[in-house]
Amino acid sequence: MSIFKSLPFRNIAGKPVRSFVLVLLTALLSLTVMGGSLIVSSLRKGLDSLEARLGADVMVVPYEQATKTKIEDIVLQGSTGYFYMDKTFMDKVAEREGIGEISPQFYLASASSSCCSIPVQIIGFDPETDFTISPWIKRSYGKELGKLDVVVGNDLNAFVGDTLTFYGQECHVAAKLDKTGTSYDTTVFANADTIKALIQSSLDLKMNNFSDIDPDKVVSCILINAGEGYSADEVVNDINLHVKKVKAIKTKEMITGISDSLSGVSEVIGILIAAVWILGVVILLLAFTMSVNERKKEFAVLRVMGASRRKLAAIVLQEALITGIIGGIAGVLLGLLIVLPFNSVIEETLKLPFLLPGAGGIAVYSAAALIAAAAAGAAASGISAFRISRIDTGLILRGEN
Amino acid sequence: MILKAEKLSREFIRESRGTNRFIAVKETDLTVEGGIFTVIMGRSGSGKSTLLNMLGGLLEPTSGKVSYDSVDIYGLSDGELSRLRNGSVGFIPQGQTALHSLSVIENILMPYTLFREDITEAEKYAEELMERLDIAELKNEMPSALSGGELRRMAIARAVIRKPGIIFADEPTGDLDDENTETVFGFLRDSARAGAAVIAVTHENTASKYADRVLRMTAGELQG
Repeated sequence: MSIFKSLPFRNIAGKPVRSFVLVLLTALLSLTVMGGSLIVSSLRKGLDSLEARLGADVMVVPYEQATKTKIEDIVLQGSTGYFYMDKTFMDKVAEREGIGEISPQFYLASASSSCCSIPVQIIGFDPETDFTISPWIKRSYGKELGKLDVVVGNDLNAFVGDTLTFYGQECHVAAKLDKTGTSYDTTVFANADTIKALIQSSLDLKMNNFSDIDPDKVVSCILINAGEGYSADEVVNDINLHVKKVKAIKTKEMITGISDSLSGVSEVIGILIAAVWILGVVILLLAFTMSVNERKKEFAVLRVMGASRRKLAAIVLQEALITGIIGGIAGVLLGLLIVLPFNSVIEETLKLPFLLPGAGGIAVYSAAALIAAAAAGAAASGISAFRISRIDTGLILRGEN
Repeated sequence: MILKAEKLSREFIRESRGTNRFIAVKETDLTVEGGIFTVIMGRSGSGKSTLLNMLGGLLEPTSGKVSYDSVDIYGLSDGELSRLRNGSVGFIPQGQTALHSLSVIENILMPYTLFREDITEAEKYAEELMERLDIAELKNEMPSALSGGELRRMAIARAVIRKPGIIFADEPTGDLDDENTETVFGFLRDSARAGAAVIAVTHENTASKYADRVLRMTAGELQG
């Protein structure tokens, strides 16, 4: 590389404090884009994953529970809880018009468990009729679950082959699910036989709040997919009108709350990114203006040697681009270092489903953040580059400009 | 090379002096030929540096024209004029003009590398110039380690590295001691003897003993 071409690099190395400040500023810009977009996209992906996992149009729960507890917290946000209603409601609901698919679910919260530091929600399903959980459990575990076989969520500290004890019953971990970014990552799944056995054990140990139930005659909730030609609204209205002591809820409405929270969080992150960017670009603009002002004579000397206006502007832009790229890379790495290892902390803090994009997605966000930071540096230096290309060499050399 | 200035003048707007128009250089005609060392003397503020900057293609005149070998330099595009300055003009500006991120040898070679990569030939000549100007030992030093006289000699070596046809020197001995002053004027005289047209503006009377031609500048007027 010729001495002239190496000049931008030498200038950057020769002014370490100035260069460090410029790199730091662009790193901050890139970090906000990288971190912000990664968090927002992970939240969106989490919501999509949750929607896909729910897989039912309507959920029917005991009326009393619907008014007492926030069902959404149990179903969507990982809170533990359980409630039961008589199995006969299943038949009553199934008789209603517009029912396509229908399947019961059984809930149980473990009192303590060797596997987890947090109370675990156990969800049981009926393999005969289930249309929500079985399909994606089958992807992780190709066979049918046997009695006392369980499948654990990705965040639980249990692995295939482990034995977990729930209410004195030893359960065998048959599979571990892929990460979903939802409350299902901390849930244990079992078939109807297993969960009935566990409910019975909890009753035997007098650790179940519903002391007078018969596990064979209860369900926790009923999941429904509307039949062809019927909407979820129609099914919900029909059940709520004709079946007493239960409440039908449209699952999309349950997600609406999360979707609203997500929009709020996205908006706050967007505002933060915009504020950091406006401030960052203004500071960069000032930094480049000051830097170029203090180096006017240096540029005049280059002009005396025969550097054209274009070459002077190129030096300023190259310096901005180099610091922008270095800062951009630093910001991206910092963003990855914050978001990747601490994604569960972010998820817990935001209390929203959070699913990181794959390697390809992360690479795209990294590249976008890098390009944005380098472009911001180049754009902020653009005015200085233009001004320096217009300098009146004679006047600067005379010390009058 | 023949440098010719015709009816060259320059006005400035200077409100601080109580008047909007200030004529730094009144209409001036000047011809300088290769092999001649011309010294323009005058008091500070007489318009010497303004005239030199206009002659060197660094400051556009208010009126008149400057030509090198009949080429009107202010009629050229910025790219063309820059190339011409790089190849045919050596300019030693007033004051310290080192590029502080580069070493002494890199500073000297800089004009050569503006338009080309291979510096082998120029490197040899740079070493020869540094020998002549007695700064050979400072080749790899950074400018911050040099004295005022050494920096000035470095600037001179840098101005002549391209073996220009015209050399301009603006107060080349402004802050130098007697010994350095003799070295600098001696070098400029030798450059003129080697064929370059050399124009130096100075208020140093010593310069006249090296010059082939001495002109005086008073209140913007050049007198032969």
